[in-house]
Amino acid sequence: MRARVAYGGALHEATPAGDAGEARLRLADGRVLAEHEVIWLPPFEVGTVIALGLNYADHAKELAFKSQEEPLVFLKGPGTLLGHRGATRRPADAAFMHYECELAVIIGRRAQRVARAHALRHVAGYCIANDYAVRDYLENWYRPNMRAKNRDGATVLGPWLVDAGDVADPANLELRTFVNGRLTQRGNTRDLIFDIPYLIEYLSSFMTLAAGDVILTGTPQGVSNVMPGDEVVCEIDGLGRLINTIAGDAVFGRRGDDKSCESNI
Amino acid sequence: MSTALCKIPMDVAPFGLSGTVYGTLLNHRTALAALEGQMTLPPYNAPPRAPVMYLKPRNTLAACGDTVEVPAAEPGTAAQLEAAACLGLVIGRTACHVSEAAALDHVAGFLIVNDVSIPHPDYYRPSVRYKARDGFCPLGPRVTARALVANPDALVIRTFVDGILVQIMSTADLIRPLARLLADVTEFMTLAPGDVLAAGAAAPAPRVRAGQTVVIEADALGRLTNRFVGAA
Repeated sequence: MRARVAYGGALHEATPAGDAGEARLRLADGRVLAEHEVIWLPPFEVGTVIALGLNYADHAKELAFKSQEEPLVFLKGPGTLLGHRGATRRPADAAFMHYECELAVIIGRRAQRVARAHALRHVAGYCIANDYAVRDYLENWYRPNMRAKNRDGATVLGPWLVDAGDVADPANLELRTFVNGRLTQRGNTRDLIFDIPYLIEYLSSFMTLAAGDVILTGTPQGVSNVMPGDEVVCEIDGLGRLINTIAGDAVFGRRGDDKSCESNI
Repeated sequence: MSTALCKIPMDVAPFGLSGTVYGTLLNHRTALAALEGQMTLPPYNAPPRAPVMYLKPRNTLAACGDTVEVPAAEPGTAAQLEAAACLGLVIGRTACHVSEAAALDHVAGFLIVNDVSIPHPDYYRPSVRYKARDGFCPLGPRVTARALVANPDALVIRTFVDGILVQIMSTADLIRPLARLLADVTEFMTLAPGDVLAAGAAAPAPRVRAGQTVVIEADALGRLTNRFVGAA
């Protein structure tokens, strides 16, 4: 279990310290700090971000989606990444912006045409992901389109990278999301439509996966709207708690003019 | 980073590509015209409002001279790929929520992008495997500094397959000209130094089979050459 944090003018690897678990952390140089004293970054050097849509049967039903033959995969850019305890912008003109708690699978070893039976050997570890969407901006062109899903700061990763060897059964982890302390989303990775070995086999059949690439495996039912000031906490058994806060346009120097990028063609 | 990127010279800051390549769909007059009459029907229901973007992941990046593998055909289809010539903008300075007037100040230079795809029937929710296969994004041959390109909004890009001219496209026919595109894209996603934004391809894209060579050239940008080969 390790994190990447900024503190005192440098980047550090950090590990949990003491009985308080995540409340305190220890830098590699021995300094012990409180969680809020450091800036948390995504816990590894992130390569290609590969995300799954509608990979839990209950969430697919929630969005009235029919079952599928092939995983619904989309890609995200590095500008979307954010660490633990960061703030994600909610544009003022959006009516429905929601979190998505997901198990993130971090590739540790190059994977090219890997069979399902060997797939987990290519996994370095796991972390929690919170993959936001602004549904107002969803359009029917290359769904889910980037304005809805590839927004700055909308892919939160962390707090820890937990080594694969420390996760007994990635196919049986409970996920929970709390908004301002209230449980709003709950699921279990045993309900993934396409499981982790299948996803690695499928993806590596046409795209070579490299160390640092990460697969966000999808979210269960229970997404709900979030507003500026809301605290969103995503939990996964054994991986910790990933905290994010929703911020309004003013924090980012915006005037709520997000429709300016639209045009009629 | 990928070895392909090391082979793409760039003598302006930031002196190298980041490896992030975004593409823009339906930003050329001919690409929209090809969907005439379909855009208001299911599954689309309405023409696009914001720029339609996609990402070419790092496994797709290739340099001038690299081969592109044509996968075996799916049942009922010929083993052909689309080779879509695009102008690539190389970002020089972090571009977040830039105005149209200031947009091009964030561009370090330009290169040619050959956006290779497996032909697919629709744009609703195409499988990622159509565009994200290994080697499906040759780009180069070099990054040409912005100052050396007189008018990037009227740049003619020519595509040759085995020496035969198969497509002439101009960036003058882009729906969103370069500055407008940068302004609209960076409204919701920040582009970093070294990122590439492909500004959109013309339709129909030239089809290529294994054994053929694609050359894409534009004045000032050079010639991007890639041979297409059968699956190993």
